[in-house]
Amino acid sequence: MLRIPCPFCGSTRDEDEFTFGGPYDRVRPSAPGQLSDEQWADYLFTRDNVRGRSRERWRHTFGCRQWFGIERDTVSHALVRVFTFDEVSRDDEQGNRIIGGLHEAV
Amino acid sequence: MKPYERVPAFGHPTNEPRPKVRFIFDGKSYEGLEGDTLAAALLANGIGIVGRSFKLHRPRGIMGGGVEETNGLLQLESGPFDEPNVRATMMPLYQGLKASSQNAWPNAQHDVLGVMDRFAKLLPASFYYKSMMWPNWHFYERFVRPIAGLGKAPILPDAQRYHKRNVHCDLLIVGGGPAGLSAALVAGRAGLRVILADDREQYGGSLLAERFIINGAPGGQWVANTVTTLEQMPNVQLLPRTSVSGYYENNFLAAAQRVTNHFGPQGQRGKLRERLWRIRAQSVVLATGAIERPLVFSNNDRPGVMLASAVRLYVNRFGVVPGSSVVVATNNDEAYRTAFDLHAVGVKALTVVDTRASVAAELVRDVKTKGIQHFVGYGISDVLGARKVRAVKISRHLGEGTLAATTTTVKCDLIAMSSGWSPTIHLYSQAGGTLQYKEGIGCLVPLACAQAVRVIGAANGRFSLPECIEDGVDAGRAVATELGAKPGAPGELPTTHAASREAMRIEPFWYTRSARTDKQWLDFQYDVKVSDIELAMRENFVSVEHVKRYTTGGMSVDQGKSSNFNILAIMAELSGQPIVRVGTTRFRPPYQPVTIGAFAANTVGELYAPWQTLHAASSHAGSKAHFGDYGWRRPEYYPQGQEDIIAATRREVFVVRNGVGMFDGSPLGKIEVRGPDAATFLNRVYVNNLASLKPGFARYAMLTNDNGVLIDDGVVVRLADDHYLVHATSGAVGRVFLLFEEYLQCEWPGLRVHINNVTTQWANVTVSGPKARLVVQKFESDIDFSVGRFAHMHFRSGTFAGVPVRILRASFTGEVTYEISVASRYGKSLWDSIASAGEEYGIAPYGIEALEVMRAEKGYLHVGADTDGNSNPLDIGWAKIIEKKTDDFIGRRSLQRCADHAAGRLEFVGLESLQPKTPLPVGGHFVDDASPTIPKASAGYVTTACMSPMLNKAIGLGILRDGASRMGEVVSIYARGKITVARVVPTTHFDPKGERLNG
Repeated sequence: MLRIPCPFCGSTRDEDEFTFGGPYDRVRPSAPGQLSDEQWADYLFTRDNVRGRSRERWRHTFGCRQWFGIERDTVSHALVRVFTFDEVSRDDEQGNRIIGGLHEAV
Repeated sequence: MKPYERVPAFGHPTNEPRPKVRFIFDGKSYEGLEGDTLAAALLANGIGIVGRSFKLHRPRGIMGGGVEETNGLLQLESGPFDEPNVRATMMPLYQGLKASSQNAWPNAQHDVLGVMDRFAKLLPASFYYKSMMWPNWHFYERFVRPIAGLGKAPILPDAQRYHKRNVHCDLLIVGGGPAGLSAALVAGRAGLRVILADDREQYGGSLLAERFIINGAPGGQWVANTVTTLEQMPNVQLLPRTSVSGYYENNFLAAAQRVTNHFGPQGQRGKLRERLWRIRAQSVVLATGAIERPLVFSNNDRPGVMLASAVRLYVNRFGVVPGSSVVVATNNDEAYRTAFDLHAVGVKALTVVDTRASVAAELVRDVKTKGIQHFVGYGISDVLGARKVRAVKISRHLGEGTLAATTTTVKCDLIAMSSGWSPTIHLYSQAGGTLQYKEGIGCLVPLACAQAVRVIGAANGRFSLPECIEDGVDAGRAVATELGAKPGAPGELPTTHAASREAMRIEPFWYTRSARTDKQWLDFQYDVKVSDIELAMRENFVSVEHVKRYTTGGMSVDQGKSSNFNILAIMAELSGQPIVRVGTTRFRPPYQPVTIGAFAANTVGELYAPWQTLHAASSHAGSKAHFGDYGWRRPEYYPQGQEDIIAATRREVFVVRNGVGMFDGSPLGKIEVRGPDAATFLNRVYVNNLASLKPGFARYAMLTNDNGVLIDDGVVVRLADDHYLVHATSGAVGRVFLLFEEYLQCEWPGLRVHINNVTTQWANVTVSGPKARLVVQKFESDIDFSVGRFAHMHFRSGTFAGVPVRILRASFTGEVTYEISVASRYGKSLWDSIASAGEEYGIAPYGIEALEVMRAEKGYLHVGADTDGNSNPLDIGWAKIIEKKTDDFIGRRSLQRCADHAAGRLEFVGLESLQPKTPLPVGGHFVDDASPTIPKASAGYVTTACMSPMLNKAIGLGILRDGASRMGEVVSIYARGKITVARVVPTTHFDPKGERLNG
């Protein structure tokens, strides 16, 4: 069970206080009507299955309920870094917004 | 079955006889000694057959000494203490213990299904994928199910109590043998908080099985002294009888402690049986030892064939010698100790059969001096005796596992075999550790792990006693230093023999190449043989994970502790690859079986989940409410007199429809949405246009996910330009609130909106019926309730009976309804006041059952009941509402896909039974044939059904393929072998024009 430091609460808590919310860099398209069916399906269903460092969106569900980012090594489970939306923008390395999926909370 | 005469256990004072313990096995009474395991006691009583193998029902006898045991699985006790698959080698004996053999009828001694062995050729690995096909599996299933499995699952609820505990420590040491004990001493003296866990009844590990001398006395003395020292350290916690079963991320481990199992049912009464420890350790030391490997030769599964180290354990620890003429079969030096120990206790007929070409001269001399027969460069070509070993046939080992044709027969009644040792690296692997193969010692040892863990002693391939002690001391010092404590001056190491005395000098002998491979066992429990590995690889199952599953090797109760390595070594041989290329199968928790009760702890019965209680609960109880569990404890119906649920529900419906009823709607989801962008936000989220809602008005709204699927519904109220109140369903409000927060934090952080889940801050009394207005008008309020002043789907806030109030005219019954909400601390008081005020109008409470009947009469749908994981707004007839809205909303894009509005979708319809008295079956499938042959395509299903009190007939709701265009059609519904016939009708069965709502 991971130990995760919440950037808002300022303390490290057990993993079961948190909820995983999908890839960090995926944002909801601002104009879904302009996407083809394939692009829309990609947004809804396609995910990278990263071996190694993966940037993820997490929520401190049983604490402050705020969303933030974690860069985690999916092989060793090491948390490389933890950051807020302000500290790291949710784009790819080239600064492009990636069309991606909102984590389905329901 | 003659009992064997006991010899003194090594190191146990001969003038202290161990008390006798009576126990029952397969209905017969036997005697053991205190301190015995059940296995030791069975062996001592000469019981050679304790069970049958899973597939072929071959006789099985005790093979091992501890956690590696594959054969001695017994059903223990009965009734509320019934426990299947108990390993006799791990179970301590207690007075009156009752055990029986498994997987055999009438018992293991004489098993009717023993005949399966004759059909072994028809039952290789995965035979079930190539047979039992025609006409279909179900034809065979009825024969297979009764004989599948080993033990029997208990029938009665578990009478025992379990508990969980969280603990933090500086150092967790897993394994209390010489390595673990040494580490604990050093770390404990350095002041660290140490937990020392061992899965046996007492500490000592491998020392318990050997005749080793430490500091001039039997090793057990050193163990006892060390334990006493540790017991006196307040910073050290000793956990014997505790199996560390899982190693998770960030040094989080789970351990199952057997608190009172060793007392049996009588001794456990009123006590805790097991405790699950959840341990977070700064540092972990794994001193988990090693497990001996069976040697692979023909018929090596016969009762009387045991692991060499297990024989030593029974002789030295329990004083049980399970044979009078013994053959030790080995490919290494270690197993010779079994011959020497047997010699030391007076066994005369001893033979060592060694597959290696040559052996150290010193060893040869030692063997000869003791009068032990020695066959160097020989292997076992067969075992004679099906129910008990009576002899072996041996022949010259020509190399590479090939034996010569000429055999010599050696009479014996016990074979002690050894093919080397495998370090116990399961927890280490769970932690993410990698392994490497060490040629010299013929096993896999730890390589590297990212977690804060050290592996010491035999678990790290350092098998000798002095190496184990040295490793333990070094690890204790290293951890202490690492954690900033002072390990103190290094004391003198306890004196013992030289490490070289325990050199293994192993020469791998993976299997007997020249013998039939279908007679050489790898997994004794599941009857997996060398031929099965050959078969799997011939069928191109290359990966070790596939071979494991195809053959089921290593998948039984022991999880391959004694078989996995042999299997992958043989795979390596057969495919010509090095062992590391084959790899191991994934190690997963639990390392040993853990009782399910320990995971549940005290979350059973009433405590299985938290619940919420209505503020007016005592009033409901006073009205004899029958409560149900909906997360909230809610009244389902209020039976009067001798009423059952049907009569009470019926009466309550009439009370509401003909007069006035009252309902506790407090759990209804309530989310406040405030801010300049509140309207924009809700409009983006909901299907409806909510921006056009005027203050004081309410609108029934639908919520979908981005895939267009309906996830919740509810009435949204606008209080002001920048203030909405969203009523989500009571079951979904938690999720919906989190969803709103996700959109606001992650997708639209620019929107100026605050939201708050106020569900539990408001209590509600819902007054419903033609006389509802009369009741509410009796209270002092600044709200005008007169006809035309407060219409349906309107909202007012103000004061009511002296307290602030919010009143919404929405209806789930179809009658004039006032949902009156006050601060939850007034909930009971409001309920009681309304009950009193309504008395003159015959007001009565109604529960969820009556509400469900009334909403079915009105065709009001329930998301999740009348909709499924595919239903979208178009399926429930919302196309027009969507057309009228121009802005994007969550789900809109998905509804534009062809499949989302294609023909053939399941659409929401009403149903009425053609026979008014015949109820419609909920869950019944629509079929297009009045007398269908199964299997048959489903055209949807009935989602809601009831006998309508108002219409006096059976009605329902459902989702039917193309239902919207099939009004008036007669459809067939299939359920449980019967057909019910219904007509498709509009969903609103009662008061279709909604006249009563606007009364």
